[in-house]
Amino acid sequence: MEGNIAELGQYIGAGLAAIGSGAAAVGVGNVAGNFLSGALRNPSAAAGQTATLFIGIAFAEALGIFAFLVALLLMFAV
Amino acid sequence: MATEAEEATGLSFHPMEQFLVKPLFGDGPVHWYTPTNVTLWMFITVAAIVALLVMGTRGRAIVPNRVQSVAELAYGMVHKMVEDVAGKDALKYFPYIMTLFMFITFSNMLGLLPKSFTTTSHIAVTGVLALAVFISVTVIGFVKNGTHFLGLFWVTSAPLALRPILAVIEVISYFVRPVSHSIRLAGNMMAGHAVIKVFAGFAAIAAISPLSILAVTAVYGLEVLVSFIQAYVFTILTCVYLKDALHPAH
Amino acid sequence: MFSLLQEAATTAAGHTEEAAATAAAGAEAAESASGMPQLDFSTFPNQIFWLVITLGVLYWVLSRIALPRIAAVISDRQGAITGDLMAAEEFKQKAKEAEAAYDKALADARVEAGKIVAANRAEIQKELDAAIARADAEIAARTAESEKRLAEIRTSSAADAREVARDVTGELVRSFGGKADEAAVDQAVDSRMKGTVQ
Repeated sequence: MEGNIAELGQYIGAGLAAIGSGAAAVGVGNVAGNFLSGALRNPSAAAGQTATLFIGIAFAEALGIFAFLVALLLMFAV
Repeated sequence: MATEAEEATGLSFHPMEQFLVKPLFGDGPVHWYTPTNVTLWMFITVAAIVALLVMGTRGRAIVPNRVQSVAELAYGMVHKMVEDVAGKDALKYFPYIMTLFMFITFSNMLGLLPKSFTTTSHIAVTGVLALAVFISVTVIGFVKNGTHFLGLFWVTSAPLALRPILAVIEVISYFVRPVSHSIRLAGNMMAGHAVIKVFAGFAAIAAISPLSILAVTAVYGLEVLVSFIQAYVFTILTCVYLKDALHPAH
Repeated sequence: MFSLLQEAATTAAGHTEEAAATAAAGAEAAESASGMPQLDFSTFPNQIFWLVITLGVLYWVLSRIALPRIAAVISDRQGAITGDLMAAEEFKQKAKEAEAAYDKALADARVEAGKIVAANRAEIQKELDAAIARADAEIAARTAESEKRLAEIRTSSAADAREVARDVTGELVRSFGGKADEAAVDQAVDSRMKGTVQ
């Protein structure tokens, strides 16, 4: 087989970095689930907290996006 | 190198081709002034926003028609967001936040049209948007609060021994803001469109084409949601940063 | 990052050397299909330039035309709604007053009716009382008359009974062979009658 070790490492690294996206999904699900359970306990307070929910989701997702970016860089840019 | 691998399997995946910046007329090099597909789609975005917010509200009706109520809905949503998140004194910056929100929403949504070009999937574009927010928020913070703005990094509610460490973390997280702010938007747009493209590539194989068409439909639906949510998140984070600048005390 | 650019440039150059006949666009597509167009820094000034123009135009349009107009429309509507609400409140007040007046009229009428009914009832009562008194008097007169007659009957019957008893006693005494003493018989009958009659 032709190809080189660097390319192999690139693809393996990209695949590993993609795990981070899954981890971010866990985090986002955690945020949303906790919000829902809190909202069901006290539905009247939930409406005012949707902004906080989205901020939390955004912060959790940002790191997943970083992982995705690393994967993309490994695949296409390095 | 990726192309070669794909050509070997007989499938052609070019998920990134849709993000190419091409000149509109002819195919010369892309200078800074060249009208490109970026120009075209930004123009379409502006036209769509003007159609909604200016043409749609032309009637100034007390009982709004459909277009006008959509425009008022968007106005009310962003207005309430700025007021709730950043405070009443941030309403001065409302037009710029509204500009950001409308631009991002419409770019994202228009980018979902087939054959279109998503301007917000480019780091150059989102980077400028995020840097503009970052720089203006920092300037506003220093102008409004002077050196008191640095209190944002000095967490007085924490024990004294921890404060320097926290200060380092706060400074880092402050400077990571524009990075995550821009890459979140560009990454979401890029990822969604690339995934649609990859699934669409699978449609060339007859055996799995129904499945792939189904997947494209599902991902497309998700992307419509993501397009809006990312615009919303970008705007609300802008409001949060603005609040930090206007009221730096934790 | 810059190595990427160089690499892209060299591959592009290689492509163009290999296939000089192919259009530059094809070569460009082949070159950038292998990389991320987002990291192609040569297009950055172009995008940034058009973005700044777009944002400037959009900001101008929104802040000068669209947003003031929408704000005016919304505040107009708010004003109209509060005006309408106040008018509605006024009408409600009026309706309430009208209802109170109606209620009052109704109560007055009811009191009036009650008065009339009471007057009628008193009149009827008076008549009734008079009639009852008359009837009572008549009844009393008749009762007295009946009593009198009854007493007459009773006295006459008592005298008759004494007569009969005296005769019977005289006869009885005589039939026993005795000689009836008129005075003794009378006395005996009287003493006997005293217990029974009256």
